[in-house]
Amino acid sequence: MTSVSDVEPPPRQGTGRRLSTFLYRHSRLRLAALLAAPIGWLLVIYLGSLFLLLLASFWDTEPFTSDVVRNWNLDNYRRIFDEPVYRNVALRTISMAVFVTVADAVLAFPIAYYMARVASPRSRNLLVVAVLTPLWASYLVKAYAWRTILGEEGVLNWLLAPFGLAGPGYSTAGLWLAFTYLWLPFMILPIYAGLERIPSTLLEASADLGGRSVQTFWRITLPLAFPAVVAGSIFTFSLTLGDYILPGLIADKQFIGTVIYSDRGTQLPVAAAFAMVPIAVMTVYLWGAKRLGAFESL
Amino acid sequence: MIGRNVRVVRWAAFGLLVGALSIVAAGCGGGGSSSSSASTEIEGLGSSLDEIKANARNEGQVKLVIWAGYADKSWADTFRQQTGCVVHAKDGASSDDMVDLMSTGAYDGVSASGDATLRLIARGDVAPVNFDLIPNYTDVYQGLKGQSYNTVDGVGYGVPHGRGPNLMVWSNKAISPDNDSWAAIWPGTDYKGKLSIYDNQIFIADAALYLKATQPDLNITNPYELDDDQFNAAIDLLKQQRPNIGEYWDGVTYARIVTSFKSGESVVGTTWPYQVNLMAAEKPPLDVTAKVPKEGTTGWSDTWMIASKAADPNCMYLWMNYIISPEANAKVAEYFGEAPSNAKACEFTTNKNLCADYHADDEAYWDNVYYWNTPQADCGDDRGEVCKTYEDWRTAWTDIKG
Repeated sequence: MTSVSDVEPPPRQGTGRRLSTFLYRHSRLRLAALLAAPIGWLLVIYLGSLFLLLLASFWDTEPFTSDVVRNWNLDNYRRIFDEPVYRNVALRTISMAVFVTVADAVLAFPIAYYMARVASPRSRNLLVVAVLTPLWASYLVKAYAWRTILGEEGVLNWLLAPFGLAGPGYSTAGLWLAFTYLWLPFMILPIYAGLERIPSTLLEASADLGGRSVQTFWRITLPLAFPAVVAGSIFTFSLTLGDYILPGLIADKQFIGTVIYSDRGTQLPVAAAFAMVPIAVMTVYLWGAKRLGAFESL
Repeated sequence: MIGRNVRVVRWAAFGLLVGALSIVAAGCGGGGSSSSSASTEIEGLGSSLDEIKANARNEGQVKLVIWAGYADKSWADTFRQQTGCVVHAKDGASSDDMVDLMSTGAYDGVSASGDATLRLIARGDVAPVNFDLIPNYTDVYQGLKGQSYNTVDGVGYGVPHGRGPNLMVWSNKAISPDNDSWAAIWPGTDYKGKLSIYDNQIFIADAALYLKATQPDLNITNPYELDDDQFNAAIDLLKQQRPNIGEYWDGVTYARIVTSFKSGESVVGTTWPYQVNLMAAEKPPLDVTAKVPKEGTTGWSDTWMIASKAADPNCMYLWMNYIISPEANAKVAEYFGEAPSNAKACEFTTNKNLCADYHADDEAYWDNVYYWNTPQADCGDDRGEVCKTYEDWRTAWTDIKG
């Protein structure tokens, strides 16, 4: 007796399977479906808002209500170039970014060098944790901590008082100290990674060929680690350029971020035009960094 | 195959970019300025007090933009018990900030000062108020009703909250308690780097008011109606003052002045009575004097306004009625340090002299307190349209801060 159940049933054609067959045959569609969400996010949310900002910078406001009027003009850009206050603020912010970056590079290099080349594996791990720990603390806590440190009765003045000195207080110099502290880990980590990647064989070869350690450092280690320093500087430079909270808390003068923040409500187009300044600066900076090979070190 | 894929991805990316940008551009193309209508109708608002009370139970919350201290727990909790509406309040840093926050449409109402009210009305962000639905409005001082900053073409746009003066405050260790002049915050001060100043362009009016008293030949009549010469003189004064300023404060960072007076970083400045109350609440209380010097002062008369697209209009109406009720109005006036708007509030203050101290019904006193106002090109007198606009003030302030 034969029964139907003895016959092997044909493979089931579920919707999922059919879909996967379809996608397998149409590779372009597959690719498009895969990338639609992330690329859509990047374009609509990220580039779209930047584009909107660019549009707004060519608009105008109604003087009484501060309503944005879509009246195309270049007045906002003219204002940013003509009025000395905007120029001063832009220059002040860019110099701050440069000084913070230099200070961080000078501080970070020896620490990273010690971590990568000198420290035992055990203490290296401890050091990495020590560098990372401050990143776990809230930005605001650190910012307010610096406000307290730099205050008239803060710990800095207390430490310096016996020597007849006083701290910088709430000033541009005080802001420089706080920024240098805040962004230091962002400089240490890329340099550490860069130094670790240098093959020790190169250093040994240099020594074998009679290179003294100072010579080896200047001619082998530093040139090979330099792209990593540039990579770190992208963080310290751009973070300083864009920050508005710390300058609002510590500085007595205005920075690009604080001006944009206070203009955003009543003079949105001016704020938008001014926001193009850091974007332009960063574009040039990233172009230079790419030429120096920083992106291979990230 | 790989090359083709890359090309496909590129085209797809390009297509998406074009699509995205056109969506964004379309988004900004629409809109336009909405004209404000004089109707008090708001979608979802009950037509009688009973209906409003019933609807409010469903809303369960009210979202407010306030001056710091206007919705403290001690009376916001009572409001919740009475109406079922939980109060969510956000401090505005300045009148600009409040206008900006209200334009987001995320709030039901705002305690707006005179330099914000007319702008909010012109933008169409706030709606006229039906006073029949606000029983406590009857007891509001006549001097606060139908004023230029809360009424347009005979239509009332809000409920008066109360009014107060901006004060000069100083440490008694530095300046005698008998001082009666603003001179110590202006150029020639002995307290360089020790000034604490309100951070907003409306402070230009304080400079103008000082010039009104000290340089009569400038003929300043109203510190918000400044022509070129008067404005430039005020800006000059502020630029000379700039290096002496130790810190700025605003409606969000208002507590700075308390800490800086405590530590000695600041010894003289401008303040709201609110911070003077905070200084007095320190342990031990700070040894300071705060008052209105002889040159006069600027001040505020605040108005509770309802957003034209309020999501919780019923709770907002109940709040507007509640905050000017005698008990609540007394509490907020005392807490912030201002004159209440409800005449009956004077019976409920802990300090029985509060209404007398703050001249609650003394209209002659308020004639010399220049309420914050939005500067406009039209000077409001025979000079015509030669006055500096609000935008000019804004730009000048950025310039002064440097």
